[in-house]
Amino acid sequence: MLRNRADRYGLLAMTLHWLVAVLVASLFSLGLWMVNLTYYDAWYRSAPAIHKGTGVLLCLILIARLAWRRLSPPPPPLASHAAWERQAATAAHRLLYGLLFAVMLSGYLISTADGRPIEVFGLFRVPATLSGLPNQADLAGRVHLWLAIGLVSLAGLHALAALKHQFIDRDGTLSRMLGRPPRPPA
Amino acid sequence: MSTRSRLSLPLLFALGAALLPGLLPGSAAAEVEQYVIDTEGAHAFVQFRIKHLGFSWLYGRFNDFDGSFSYDPEDSASSAINVAIRTASIDSNHAERDKHLRGKDFLHVDKFPTATFASTGYSPNGDGTGTLTGELTLHGVTRPVTIAVEEIGAGTDPWGGYRRGFQGETSFPLKDFGIDYDLGPAAQVVEIILSVEGIRQDG
Ligand code: HEM
Repeated sequence: MLRNRADRYGLLAMTLHWLVAVLVASLFSLGLWMVNLTYYDAWYRSAPAIHKGTGVLLCLILIARLAWRRLSPPPPPLASHAAWERQAATAAHRLLYGLLFAVMLSGYLISTADGRPIEVFGLFRVPATLSGLPNQADLAGRVHLWLAIGLVSLAGLHALAALKHQFIDRDGTLSRMLGRPPRPPA
Repeated sequence: MSTRSRLSLPLLFALGAALLPGLLPGSAAAEVEQYVIDTEGAHAFVQFRIKHLGFSWLYGRFNDFDGSFSYDPEDSASSAINVAIRTASIDSNHAERDKHLRGKDFLHVDKFPTATFASTGYSPNGDGTGTLTGELTLHGVTRPVTIAVEEIGAGTDPWGGYRRGFQGETSFPLKDFGIDYDLGPAAQVVEIILSVEGIRQDG
C-alpha cells in the first residue's frame, strides 16, 4: 500500500509527489506576488515569512522523498516507452530535483546574506552558513528568480508529457501516479 | 523578511577654496588647501536616517564613496567639495531590506549606480559653522540642496599628515528625487548626516 509496486507508485511516493507539486506551484505564485506588496500591505511581513518557512519544509520533504526512493524504488518505466523517452524522462526528473535544490539554496542565500537565520513558523531556525559574499542578496535573488522560472517551466513540460502519455498514447503513465495500475497493454 | 524600510541618500559637503591673493594686500599668497576625503581609512561617513512608521529612527549609510575638497583658511567662502557615492553600497544592517532599497522601488542602482554632490557655494557664519549649497544628483534627478556645516577641526595628525574635518546635515523629501515608494506619512523626509575628514594633498 505504502510502498511502490512494479506497476504503480505507492501511497507514500504519490503523496510526496503531489505535495511537492502543490508546494512548488504555491511557492512560485507566492514569491511573485509577495515581492510586489507595498509597505502598508497586511501581508508585507507575513508573506515572505510563509514563503521562506514553507520553502524550508519543502526541502525537508524532498530529502524524505529521495530517501524513500532508495528504500522503495519507483516502478520501472513502461515497456511501451521508447528508449529516448525513458532517457528524456530520467533526465527531466534528475534536473527537476537539481533545480529544486538550487532554487531552495539560492533562496536561503538571499535571506541569510547578513548572517540572520531563517525562522520556520516559529518551530525552528535554519542558521546562516555562507554570508557576506559580495553582493550576495542581490545575486542570489536574481538566480533564485531565474531558477524558479526554469523549475516551473520544466515542471510544466513534465506535466504535459505525462498528460500526453495518459490521454494521447493512453498508456496509463498518469494513472500510475494516481494509485491505479496502468491499463494492461492492448 | 523583516521590516524593510527606507532609503536614503547621499551626500556630502564641505569646504575649501580658492584664493584671492590680489585682494589680500600684504598677505603672502595664502594657499588653498587641497584634501582627499579619507574613505580609505574610513574617517568619513555618509549616513542617513528616516522615521520608521513614525515610531523610531532607522539609520543606514553608504559604504562606498569618495571625494575631495578644497579649503582656504583665509577665505573659507571659496571652499568647494565634490563627492561620488556608489548607491549599491547602501547598508542598513539588513540584507533583505538593502536588497529592496537597491531595487526599483528605491535607489534603482542598476540604472543609477552613482549619486553625486557638487558644491556651488559656501557661506561661513563666522562661528565655525556655515551653509554649503550644491547640486545633489540622486536617482537620476539633480536638485539643489543646502547642507548645514560645522567645521570640526584641523591640524597635523600623528603620522605626518595634515587633516581637516567637517560635519554636515541636510534633509529632503525622497519624492523630490523621484523616490515615491509609500513608507507612510511619517517617513517622507530623509535626513542625511555627513562626517568628512580630508587628508591634505598639497604642501
Ligand atoms: C521550490 C521552491 C521555491 C520556489 C518555486 C520559489 C519561488 C520564488 C519566486 C518566484 C520568487 C520571486 C522572485 C522575484 O520576483 O524576484 C521568490 C522570492 C523569494 N524567495 Fe523563493 N522560492 C522557493 C523557495 C525558497 C526558499 C527555500 C527560500 C528561503 C529559505 C526562499 C526565499 C525567497 C526570498 C527571500 C525571496 C524574496 C526575494 C526578494 O526580496 O526579492 N524561496 N521565490
